[in-house]
Amino acid sequence: MSGPVRHRKSSLSFAALASACAAATLACGGVSSYEIPIETPLRPKLEVSSFQRVLIAGFVAGGNEDVDGNQETVRLLRSQLRSKSSLRVIDADPLPLVEIAKNQSRGPIEAEQRRSGDAGPGSASGNPDRGEGGQSLPSPIKSEKDIEQYERLFANTAYWKQLGEEYQNPLIVTGSVLFMERTSSTMVSRQTERLDAFGRRQVDSQRGLMERRGYVLRPKFVFIDGRTGATIHTEMHREEILYSNDQNMPPLSSYFELMDRLVPTFLNALSSQRVRGLRVLLK
Amino acid sequence: MRACRRVAVVGLLAVLSSATPLFADARSDAKELVSFGIEVANRGLWREAIYRWQRATEVDPTYAAAFNNLAVGYEQEGELLKARDAYEKALMLAPNDQSIRQNYELFKEINERASAPPKEQP
Repeated sequence: MSGPVRHRKSSLSFAALASACAAATLACGGVSSYEIPIETPLRPKLEVSSFQRVLIAGFVAGGNEDVDGNQETVRLLRSQLRSKSSLRVIDADPLPLVEIAKNQSRGPIEAEQRRSGDAGPGSASGNPDRGEGGQSLPSPIKSEKDIEQYERLFANTAYWKQLGEEYQNPLIVTGSVLFMERTSSTMVSRQTERLDAFGRRQVDSQRGLMERRGYVLRPKFVFIDGRTGATIHTEMHREEILYSNDQNMPPLSSYFELMDRLVPTFLNALSSQRVRGLRVLLK
Repeated sequence: MRACRRVAVVGLLAVLSSATPLFADARSDAKELVSFGIEVANRGLWREAIYRWQRATEVDPTYAAAFNNLAVGYEQEGELLKARDAYEKALMLAPNDQSIRQNYELFKEINERASAPPKEQP
């Protein structure tokens, strides 16, 4: 008999204590939180104060025939740098780096022949070798393996130095852009409704594979000192986006959607950025 | 022996009775500093806010909210190392506080972006 009474008493006293605590918290104003917008300044990753100008030279691009990764990337990065960097952006036609790399890999005699026909810096070869594996460079570029064979181009300091001299020693930005289609199957559960023998509604859950299609963007940005032709910084990124089958997204839209995610990081290499966000202040 | 115990108990009570208001005073002083910091931060005076929150952490080093706010202030000023230290202290004091954890997760995203090591070409 005494057990339940004591239990009830302790329950009552706990409730009273809880109410007292709640009242005290309210009386003291309780714990308050306030959302506040902040802007975090980020310093540039590269020291570029010795450069007044930047040349977005061009990109080795491939993976999708509907998007010209070279033209689009050059155009996008130039417009971003014009508005968000103190460096003067040089206007020049994007270099056809795939062709230039192929010329450089063909050997000195053939390169010399081509140079006589085309006086552009693209044909100034400092490297008589073929691609990374000593074979001809793959074209069109369809995979990561293909694009990796063009890596030697970025290490050709003689070529980049010559290009730098042509544009009065700017900071040169180049690299590669691979934009490919991608499909992925994910397990999803679907719920279907049916009426049972008694006319009652029943919900069945079924699990199945759903195929999603999308794109993967893998750009590599190479920053080259136009005075020496040497690489001073490289950045590699990978972004992907998948859509359900009923979404028909044009590849160019997806390209810009994916680039939009990377551009702040790219800009942060050259210029200070302010990143906006919300934080909670506590009392 | 009994007298000794009585003295000890009285002494302990005396210490407790004097210490509790001290802790209470420290917390209420720190709270005032934190409140003022929030007020000035809302008006964009972040340097002043940081000073107040810094003082609050000195007055009451167990006050998680003060460390959290100080971390936010440092983030706003771009002092990311100090911000990380302050967030970590705040989380040590209040490991289950969702607001502090959320702030810290958002901070980490920015911090990773800022401190990504440059990959040099061989």
